[in-house]
Amino acid sequence: MTAFDVERGDAIHPGKPVTVDRYTGGARINHWITAISLVLLALSGLALFHPSLFFLTGLFGGGQWTRTIHPWIGVVLFFSFTGLFIRFWRANLWKAEDGTWLARLKDVLTGHEERLPEVGKYNAGQKAVFWGMSLLILILIASGFVIWDQYFAAYSTIDQKRIAVLIHAIAAVTIICVWIVHVYAAIWVRGTISAMTRGRVTGGWAWRHHRKWLRELVGGKERRS
Amino acid sequence: MFPPLPNPTVKPTPAQFGEQDLTRRSASNVAPPARQLTPVAKLIDTSKCIGCKACQAACLEWNDLREKVGFNSGVLDNPLDLTPASLTVMRFSEWINPETQNLEWLIRKDGCMHCADPGCLKACPAPGAIVQYSNGIVDFDHDRCIGCGYCIKGCPFNIPRISQVDHKAYKCTLCSDRVAVGQGPACAKACPTQAIVFGTKEEMKQHAEGRIKDLKSRGFKNAGLYDPPGVGGTHVMYVLHHADKPEIYANLARDPRISPIVELWKGVTKYAGLAAMGGFAAFGFLHYLISGPNKVSEEDEKKAEQLTGSDVS
Repeated sequence: MTAFDVERGDAIHPGKPVTVDRYTGGARINHWITAISLVLLALSGLALFHPSLFFLTGLFGGGQWTRTIHPWIGVVLFFSFTGLFIRFWRANLWKAEDGTWLARLKDVLTGHEERLPEVGKYNAGQKAVFWGMSLLILILIASGFVIWDQYFAAYSTIDQKRIAVLIHAIAAVTIICVWIVHVYAAIWVRGTISAMTRGRVTGGWAWRHHRKWLRELVGGKERRS
Repeated sequence: MFPPLPNPTVKPTPAQFGEQDLTRRSASNVAPPARQLTPVAKLIDTSKCIGCKACQAACLEWNDLREKVGFNSGVLDNPLDLTPASLTVMRFSEWINPETQNLEWLIRKDGCMHCADPGCLKACPAPGAIVQYSNGIVDFDHDRCIGCGYCIKGCPFNIPRISQVDHKAYKCTLCSDRVAVGQGPACAKACPTQAIVFGTKEEMKQHAEGRIKDLKSRGFKNAGLYDPPGVGGTHVMYVLHHADKPEIYANLARDPRISPIVELWKGVTKYAGLAAMGGFAAFGFLHYLISGPNKVSEEDEKKAEQLTGSDVS
């Protein structure tokens, strides 16, 4: 049996130090298209969210351009994230140890990883980010279409548009908060960013943070040989 | 009869109000203006309207707008709705009065009401694209409009329309350019029955009182003035023969006010949203300061080497 959490392309390269392939080139390109879209969406969206941030429209060539381009970037993000979802959803399914991990969030934040259960390719925090992003992107694209007046004004009533614009704003604020958690965790947990740039992590990183995944990879290799 | 405004002088005159008289400016704060202009108002007397559409023609003419040739939809309303070019539209309703069994032909000139508390301005994200002068006129500055359509969501009367040509919002300006040089709106000038009159808001209320008294003496016991308090009153008011039933006039709102959803969106969501994002960022910053980076140790690398068999060779 192939281990549940091991994704296509994951592999161990023994040596000193051990390196572990975590993300394929395709996954990384897919991730960065999504990431750039999300940042551009946040900047253009925030420009219209609060007057003090309206100056951000300058980045997009003015208010008219910001209004024009924002929904199109949203469409790009939706399809790009769909790619990520198809790649990652299986390894993000909730497991028994995830509840324990989440209950010991205090130990996570205070750096007592020895008190945490061994986790697979993703820990409960990463899974929460994954499912949070998935749900929020669905909400944002759906509410976004309702307020995309240039093409879809005729398909909803003004009352529906009012509700949609409120939901869109709240979901956008929430996804930016989730994004902050995602980026901060990548910076705080050293050795993580190389996973999404070069595609690899060190064996020590995998041992420390995703031991179950590492064991599954080792087990898989043993069975193959 | 309300004395019509005299014909203006042909000598060029400077504008009597401008940027310095703004009481509100969308997505910005303005200093309270040094002087208070006399509030103005347009009064539309539905009982005197004959449905000639001279006001519509005058509006197109003065604002140099062209409506594309439409088609007959089987009713007198033409065009059927407000458009980026038709800033005012006569709405015709046939209503059978249940008390008299008389067919009453109710004609209401629809257009921007120039609310004292304008929902469009509250919703607008573009600084200065919507402004309100201390005389009560709410105006759009098209150079600043970004075409997002938020004003449509903010408006309790469903008035602004976005042009598919230049992607900017349009609505009645109360002929702010004419009023600034001492004239009344083009529609009032063109109205042959004085169903539309223009003056100070006080004068208009007084004039309306006389009209309502007259209507009551003719049996319209519910005649009254439409100056809805939910939006702080309006600078376009109606005299209605059935003021107790505004909705029979092509669904005129009974108690218009800015939608609570819009208030929530433009109120607490804006501030709570910024606070939440700032809070998450601040937590990350503080956490990093206090606990430092989470580093992989030498021991972790050794364990991995042992697990993968790298230490044997």
